[in-house]
Amino acid sequence: MTVDDPGRAAQDLAGYLLGLGDDALVLSQRLCEWVTRAPTIEEDLALSNIALDLLGHARLLLGHAGVLDGTGRSEDDLAYGRTERRFRNTLLVELPRGDFAVTVVRQLAYSHYARLLYGALEHSTDPVVAAFAARAVKEVEYHRMHATQWTVRLGRGTAESRRRMQAGLDRLWPYAAELFESDEPARRLHAAGSAVAPDGLRPAWDEEVAAVLAEAELTVPTADWRATGGRAGLHTEEFGPLLAELQSVHRQYPGASW
Amino acid sequence: MSAAESRPQPPRLAADLVRARVAAVPDPELPVVTLAELGVIRSVGLAPDGLLEVVVTPTYLGCPAMPVIEAGIRAVLAACGHADGRVRQVLAPPWSTDRISSEGRRKLAEHGIAPPGAVDAPVAVRLGLGARCPHCGSMTTRPQSAFGATRCQAIVFCTACRETFAHLKAM
Repeated sequence: MTVDDPGRAAQDLAGYLLGLGDDALVLSQRLCEWVTRAPTIEEDLALSNIALDLLGHARLLLGHAGVLDGTGRSEDDLAYGRTERRFRNTLLVELPRGDFAVTVVRQLAYSHYARLLYGALEHSTDPVVAAFAARAVKEVEYHRMHATQWTVRLGRGTAESRRRMQAGLDRLWPYAAELFESDEPARRLHAAGSAVAPDGLRPAWDEEVAAVLAEAELTVPTADWRATGGRAGLHTEEFGPLLAELQSVHRQYPGASW
Repeated sequence: MSAAESRPQPPRLAADLVRARVAAVPDPELPVVTLAELGVIRSVGLAPDGLLEVVVTPTYLGCPAMPVIEAGIRAVLAACGHADGRVRQVLAPPWSTDRISSEGRRKLAEHGIAPPGAVDAPVAVRLGLGARCPHCGSMTTRPQSAFGATRCQAIVFCTACRETFAHLKAM
């Protein structure tokens, strides 16, 4: 096998996009759980709109992964036809939604990461990835703004909102690390210019998020462990029920479309 | 022979005539503006294989209105004698609210949706100058929520007439 084996490069990119698509799909599902439960009706709309954006991202990413890996699997095949062990999302996005502060913290972590990631992927040598990222980066810009504003509002809000935000940060911080995990395929893609190895995004993310937390008068946590395993298909206990719900309609009506 | 096959096919209209008809299809989510005014239509013309092809760019990735838009265009193609025509989606360059025509902006405002500003407009000096209220014209408005009834809209509150209104956010 040569270094620039096109077959392996396509497989590498397919696996990479599958991980990103699964992140977007699973987080979209978690955000949908807030509909009718958000603090205000505007927030219901905001979270469901963000969930829709992420679902749009997942459709593009999974669809392209299915083309690149040569299996011809559609976005639906990949979303509804895989078992838990085949999903490549990070554990951060599948954690239960928790209270509103936990959701805000997760959005803060993910949207800053996604903004940096898609900003870098705009320069991908794969034209589909580049076109996707150029558009997606504008959408996650709004998600980042939303999460940032809530973080500041809740951090500087009441003693209770501040306590909950700090608790959410302390709980989720170790999981954020997994977003930046880089494996061998990611490094090969990075060298070839078709994708970026996410570990390189971490310093900018740390700086941006720390600035938001400073404005919110919250403390940047120090994590003594880091989550891992999601990208390899090893998930948390809570992932099974999430997936069962996500796939329930497809299981009852296989192949249905509307 | 089925009924569909026996039905006489409409005569094939020339591409520029089809273009005008496709351009006039209303957007399913914002029916006050047409697909052309919204900037969704990139081109209408004959592809190298001789078939009529409409190239579109979705406003948002995975936009749920896209299948409806495509069906609407295909219906126009069929009515123009191009039942074998096709709709092709392209993502690059990405759609932006800068593609909305001035006529489209005027119609949005007329129907109570504040049109978007230029995407690369400098940040305004904030002295109560928000999106212009489409009801009373005041600019003493403030953002209520960056997310509204559809993915492209935000909600703004007018402090003058105390109405909330939709604002198509610059994107």
